[in-house]
Amino acid sequence: MAQAFAELKESFIFNFIEGSRWKYITNGLWVTLKVTFFALLLGIVIGVVVAMVRSSYDQMKDEMKPGLGKTLMTALNTLARLYLTVIRGTPVVVQLLIGYFVIFVSTTNTVFVASMVFGINSGAYITEIIRGGIMSIDHGQFEAGRSIGFTYIQTMRFIIIPQAFKNVLPSLANEFIALLKETAVCGYIGLMDLTKGGDVIRGRTFSAFMPLIAVALIYLLLVIFFSWLIGKLERRLRSSER
Amino acid sequence: MSADIIISVKDLEKHFNAGAVHALNGVSVDIERSEVLVVIGPSGSGKSTFLRCLNLLERPTGGKVIFEGTDITAPRTNINLCRRRMGMVFQHFNLFPHMTVLKNLTLGPTELLKKSQAEANQKAMQLLERVGLADRADAYPSQLSGGQKQRIAIVRALCMEPDVMLFDEPTSALDPEMVGEVLDVMKELAKVGMTMVVVTHEMGFAREVADRVLFMDEGVIVEQGTPEEIFDHPQSDRLKSFLSKVL
Repeated sequence: MAQAFAELKESFIFNFIEGSRWKYITNGLWVTLKVTFFALLLGIVIGVVVAMVRSSYDQMKDEMKPGLGKTLMTALNTLARLYLTVIRGTPVVVQLLIGYFVIFVSTTNTVFVASMVFGINSGAYITEIIRGGIMSIDHGQFEAGRSIGFTYIQTMRFIIIPQAFKNVLPSLANEFIALLKETAVCGYIGLMDLTKGGDVIRGRTFSAFMPLIAVALIYLLLVIFFSWLIGKLERRLRSSER
Repeated sequence: MSADIIISVKDLEKHFNAGAVHALNGVSVDIERSEVLVVIGPSGSGKSTFLRCLNLLERPTGGKVIFEGTDITAPRTNINLCRRRMGMVFQHFNLFPHMTVLKNLTLGPTELLKKSQAEANQKAMQLLERVGLADRADAYPSQLSGGQKQRIAIVRALCMEPDVMLFDEPTSALDPEMVGEVLDVMKELAKVGMTMVVVTHEMGFAREVADRVLFMDEGVIVEQGTPEEIFDHPQSDRLKSFLSKVL
């Protein structure tokens, strides 16, 4: 027992302390968090906008008179559907490679490229989550808003979205956690994220167990921490109604 | 056009499902300022559709609605501006559950009428006082009874200082013992001269408060007149058979 513990300690020192190799982990963690944060931000913005395009089109297509407005809405809706189909129909690793080697060739800022790709990817899933949230709100809420004199956008902003957001928070949290772990493929474009950092240590020390388990543990702790945080937020939002 | 006509409805038609269902088949009526117009009829007669066409929650497929001299069915009309002057009360209240009562009441006035929050609060509290719910200003809708919710919903519409109030079966979703408190508020409103269009099954209310009663069936106005004419001297067979079922 003591023997095993001593070996573990030795392995720890060898993998992380010697040559300050722990920096691969901390720098990688920082990159992972940055990419996840910016991707989530972009994903939510895309999600809200595209969800509004999709649900407003579904709601108004029968009522709108033919004209510029309707043509524009139809075009936007088609574009939105194309986006959802393509993004959800291809692997995120492939999207990442295309983003790096085809679309953003001129930039060497891999954090930026990864954030964009994961944001655009996540946006597609968040769109469907938010659209589901909007559809879950009783149509009477929408009519009440419009009957007071609010425009479509104002009704969405003051009445529908705040309620929908509360309903979709668990799914959104799920997407956020999935996103955090998905960013582990950043290494494909040479970005030194948490996973890549652990892997680099493995390459230097030729010992796989310690760095990889450490990386896994850090992901696990992050997910547990964020789940707890979101649970708190959820309870606070719910309590305001009682 | 006479000056005191507030809403003029001309040949209103509404077809659903590409003409398969005819909810309204040419309804024409002039509503005078301060008039209380009660619309009755069997379910599926088009009375709710008629009401919802007045503020374009339902877009008519034919005919015109002229509100205070503006043809609101014209494509260029800004319906949002017109709706500010037309309060609406729904069967299912439709209060905003994520806001307190006071916020429900002041959202429209502050965002649309650009009143200060203090000014809007003052007006809201004044109206809450009148319906006896001033102590519930900080409650959330889920904490209220059905009758309270509907009274709040009426106040929410009144906070926009509308010229006309539309009621879509305001007591149909209420427990029987709560119907009275909502009708009392509506009677009060009629007394102070509010123009009201009320779709309801409350024949007692119609008889007592209405200036004019419309009986609708199958998307047309079958009969209209004073409450006495409609309830005591019905002419058409359809009205007679309807009354025999509901009275």
